[in-house]
Amino acid sequence: MKQFLTFVKKEFAHVLRDRKTLLILFGLPVVQILIFGFALTNEVKKSKIIIVDQAKDLASQKIITKIGTSQYFDIENTAMNRQQIEKQFKEGEIKLAVIFPEHFNHDLLHQNKATIQVIADSTDPNTANTLTNYLSSVIADYQTELNRKSQTPYRIIPEMRMLYNPELKGAPNFVPGVMALVLMLVCVMMTAISIVKEKETGTMEILLVSPFRPILVILAKAFPYLILSLGNVCTILLLSVFVLGLPISGSIFLLFAESTLFIITCLSLGLLISVNTESQQVAMLISLMGMLLPTVMFSGFMFPIENMPVALQWLSNLIPAKWFYIIVKSIMIKGVGFTAIWQETLILVGITLILLTVSIKNFKIRLA
Amino acid sequence: MEAVALNNITKTYGKEKKVAVDDISLTVNKGELFGLIGPDGAGKTSIFRILTTVLLPDGGTATVDGFDVVKDYKQIRNNVGYMPGKFSLYQDMTIEENIHFFATVFGTTVEANYELIKDIYVQIEPFKNRRAGKLSGGMKQKLALCCALIHKPTVLFLDEPTTGVDPVSRKEFWEMLKRLKQQDITIVVSTPYMDEASLCDRIALMQNGEILSIDTPDNIIGSYPGQLYQIKADRMYDLLKELNNYPDTLSCFIFGEYLHLLLKDNSEQSRNQLMTHLQSNGYNNIEMDIVKPTIEDCFIKLLKN
Amino acid sequence: MKETVIKTEKLTKRFGDFIATNEITLEVYKGEIFGFLGANGAGKTTAMRMLCGLSIPSSGDAAIAGYDVYKQTEQIKKNIGYMSQKFSLYEDLTVLENIKFFGGIYGLTDKKIKSKSEELLNELGMESEAKKLVGSLPLGWKQKLSFSVAILHEPKIVFLDEPTGGVDPVTRRQFWDLIYNAAERGITIFVTTHYMDEAEYCNRISIMVDGRIKALNSPANLKKQFSVNSMDEVFFELARGAKRGE
Repeated sequence: MKQFLTFVKKEFAHVLRDRKTLLILFGLPVVQILIFGFALTNEVKKSKIIIVDQAKDLASQKIITKIGTSQYFDIENTAMNRQQIEKQFKEGEIKLAVIFPEHFNHDLLHQNKATIQVIADSTDPNTANTLTNYLSSVIADYQTELNRKSQTPYRIIPEMRMLYNPELKGAPNFVPGVMALVLMLVCVMMTAISIVKEKETGTMEILLVSPFRPILVILAKAFPYLILSLGNVCTILLLSVFVLGLPISGSIFLLFAESTLFIITCLSLGLLISVNTESQQVAMLISLMGMLLPTVMFSGFMFPIENMPVALQWLSNLIPAKWFYIIVKSIMIKGVGFTAIWQETLILVGITLILLTVSIKNFKIRLA
Repeated sequence: MEAVALNNITKTYGKEKKVAVDDISLTVNKGELFGLIGPDGAGKTSIFRILTTVLLPDGGTATVDGFDVVKDYKQIRNNVGYMPGKFSLYQDMTIEENIHFFATVFGTTVEANYELIKDIYVQIEPFKNRRAGKLSGGMKQKLALCCALIHKPTVLFLDEPTTGVDPVSRKEFWEMLKRLKQQDITIVVSTPYMDEASLCDRIALMQNGEILSIDTPDNIIGSYPGQLYQIKADRMYDLLKELNNYPDTLSCFIFGEYLHLLLKDNSEQSRNQLMTHLQSNGYNNIEMDIVKPTIEDCFIKLLKN
Repeated sequence: MKETVIKTEKLTKRFGDFIATNEITLEVYKGEIFGFLGANGAGKTTAMRMLCGLSIPSSGDAAIAGYDVYKQTEQIKKNIGYMSQKFSLYEDLTVLENIKFFGGIYGLTDKKIKSKSEELLNELGMESEAKKLVGSLPLGWKQKLSFSVAILHEPKIVFLDEPTGGVDPVTRRQFWDLIYNAAERGITIFVTTHYMDEAEYCNRISIMVDGRIKALNSPANLKKQFSVNSMDEVFFELARGAKRGE
């Protein structure tokens, strides 16, 4: 027993004297609680929607007001035609569109029933469901009000149309997410570890004392992972098309081009980590804790970004996976072309250039 | 021209500014086999790293082949051969793959300079398809040496190449180095083994970042102050304690089967006095002769000062 | 009558087809300083691991401090000390903390630990460094401290694996002073080294080549046997024909 206590005492000493580990042990839970408590929620608030009021009558105005006051919706625009709506959906500007037919009130009064058309972006089936449920309840509310004042029951029937993913399959949501995650994992972590390994085994020292330019070391290390990752993309897509039954609506070429871009972004990130770490263990820890975890939390893959505090929304803009996720979803599920995603692509290019510049500047041509 | 020159080089580490290299100056001549001799912590590795340009000195200047280690590092990196302390080869690549890799990295081929490494390479060639990680210590040394030589460097830096290796392999390694000297390559080696010092043309004895002495091994031995005796008797450990308590003793250290003794008084009379003293204290089979000091004796003497 | 503390009889360790240690037979006596030499790869480390109770032999017999190497490994571990270059003490604990820790692990009482600590620090002249982190000490001091801690519990045998690597000549001799001291107190020393002059400090030596013991005798007798003047040459004679250096 005494021996056991002696050992325990020693272990406490080790732990308490290692500042970095302490930070992770105590800091991490605090950060996680705060983030999960305030930032990450499955609730959907303030979603951008479009309302097209072709009726412009009493009933439609009342419902629109109700929708407008709900905390769940943020009415973007009210006067649009079909093509404009289509475009807004494609570019991901709106999640939901509500269209009142021309004779809405008239239909209600004379036929005791009217329909409202609801179009939802169901690339993320969870969000789509949540939003349509909220909308249905707003409409049901109004319906109840109406019915209180009269003898004959009124019925307002929302006609739901799910865009892009009518069967509300989960795959369209998580396949792009998995792609982003897998590429990040392979490229960031493996590149970082590979470069740091040379430092650890001492072979980096010999390479430095040679005419071989350091930039070539980096390129040589990144190259196998680039090819491997493209292979991974192939595998994921093949599986998703043939096993999960999720077709690729857009251009495969564009998908691969964007994937290559994202891979390069991740490789640059791996490079940045390797330049600043001295041991494989630390490189792995930083890759996992510092990269993977925020990616899962802030890329929009699991938790909608729109519902996070503004500060964290800004933070999520820094996460490359967020932009890639949007790009892949748009191409795979919405079938859009480059014109719809050029902004996101530009942002990725920008992030990559910054990462590369910083890494190369910091790449030590000496050991210390 | 000097192959290597260090002028007042200083290097400190860490927040506490621990001094690893303390104002060191030395030169190595072209074609010389120069040894940095000293224990761990002497500053040998730091000096090597400064000379091979992978570490910046905190003070002073240094040149290799006339090139400045800070400003002209690229030229130095193209021309020198380096074998760092840890065995820095690719463990999961074979002997042949390692050599080809390093040849390519230096922009040459194995064939181009094969003559240079032939003597060494033939010893490991039968195992050329074995992975470096599975080689014995002695073979790894030979492979590392080949990789460092493959581009015919002008200066070869070997940082503790024989550490942790058995005496037989060590001996073989130094024989290889001597043969290399004939190829007109300047070789700078570091080692903690004092007996290897005598195999160099000139040596620098180092401890705690400082140079205790630089000269040829013979000169250093020649300048040993005093007359060294080797002495042995039937009870060595007791003899050691006895002599350390003896008033006329300047220093007494164990050296293998003998003790090396320095007396304050070098006369024949004092020697006889000691013999008598020991005999009367029950020591038998006493042998006491004058002996030529070794580098280790010199090192210890310099340390005490 | 000399008490035997280590006795092996055709001790062997096989890894698949490879015989690392091949039928070694030896006897070590109490208070002896026994040098265990051999080239890298000769099988020394494997043999030592068996003697320390860390590895079960493939065949043959051995008794360490009277305990059987197959069935009583725990008792063996309680009666031996161990020190190697790779592991000695915890760098992020102070000198005193290290002593207290190892004392506790060896099962010493608090009182004993206290008295031993004072004794140890005194002997090494390290009273003023007691509260310093081991990592901040020079290598030589670490080695000496490490040895002293390895024999804190007055074991019957202490195994030393290349304990003086990279240390300056003066410290090396101070280290051997400690070894002699321990031997005089009756602790048997089983040491491996690459310094041939240290081989001379041993009472007897064994030299392993290709997994077998090729020589076992006092340094003086070995030199006579091979008609040479130094242990260096003895080693050379024996080891240079080794096949395992490949």
